[in-house]
Amino acid sequence: MNQRPAANVLENDFLTIRHAILNVAAGLDRIDEGSDNATAKDDHRIQQIKNALAILAEPDLGRAERVQLAFSRPYEPGWNKK
Amino acid sequence: MDYIDPHIHMVSRITDDYERLARSGCVAISEPAFWAGFDRGSAEAFRDYFSQLIDFERSRAAQYGIQHFCWLCINAKEAENVTLSREVISLIPEFLDRPGVLGIGEIGLNKNTPNETTIFTEQVDFAASRDELILIHTPHLEDKYLGTRMILDVLTSDSRVKPERVLIDHVEEHTVKRVLDAGYWCGMTLYPITKCTPARAADIIERHGTERIMANSAGDWGPSDPTAVPKFIFELRRRGHSEATIRKIVYDNPIQFFSQSKRFDFTPRT
Ligand SMILES: [Zn+2]
Repeated sequence: MNQRPAANVLENDFLTIRHAILNVAAGLDRIDEGSDNATAKDDHRIQQIKNALAILAEPDLGRAERVQLAFSRPYEPGWNKK
Repeated sequence: MDYIDPHIHMVSRITDDYERLARSGCVAISEPAFWAGFDRGSAEAFRDYFSQLIDFERSRAAQYGIQHFCWLCINAKEAENVTLSREVISLIPEFLDRPGVLGIGEIGLNKNTPNETTIFTEQVDFAASRDELILIHTPHLEDKYLGTRMILDVLTSDSRVKPERVLIDHVEEHTVKRVLDAGYWCGMTLYPITKCTPARAADIIERHGTERIMANSAGDWGPSDPTAVPKFIFELRRRGHSEATIRKIVYDNPIQFFSQSKRFDFTPRT
């Protein structure tokens, strides 16, 4: 249903995307610059962030869905039959 | 544009918010029973809460020309206390036939625990045995995907549950397709940080269409914006969507879903 020319979408959204990426970069710096940052590095959320960042660089559609999954606990089929 | 907010907790909002809603085009709201931000000590506290929803909020909303509807249940968070939950469920029949009560909700899961699952299953059974509409809360953040899958498993395992009579709320990019493909209605919640932004909700509409989907503010006692739906309307308009398309999501769809309850006595503005 999105019939808008990609160039128009880019024009509209460029600053929002730039703003979001800059926030990510500054946030990662803030964690690294904190004292005793080795503890934070072992936190599973750091790995989630790394996985999510890798998804951003992928070429195919559905990045938002895959980033959501990168931050989600996995589902186990048959959980209710145990 | 007249719109309906199908999920908002007005007990947590001040009267000025009713005025803001009315000024921004809100003509009706549906308020699910939820967690108040603290655990209540007894079932009697829920009796008072149900009365507040059914009587007090309805009349407070009416002062601003907003028609108020509500849902009753024990919420997923307090469902961790199974004994209390069963006492609360036993109170519901005495309130269920009151004007404006649309069904059972918002039931669901919060941390996806065994106790929550037990009480969710019992409330689905309660609703199915009375052919009541169901409104479902899906968990937040990292628990959402797993919780939504578990909720769908519980619903599928009860053959009396009719998907067209169930609204599954707080869907996002990773849960919306599964919910729609299974025939349920869904709601997108517009929250600044933890759920959908108006832009991402508009993306979901462009990818998945306008059938069986609505948008809500889920305004409550936490950081939330009761007038989030008009921001979503504005985003769709800015992208060039027709007024008919927008109206279907924010007005026609809630009416179509709620009209399955005989207690939805909504009167459109003339
Ligand atoms: Zn809610």
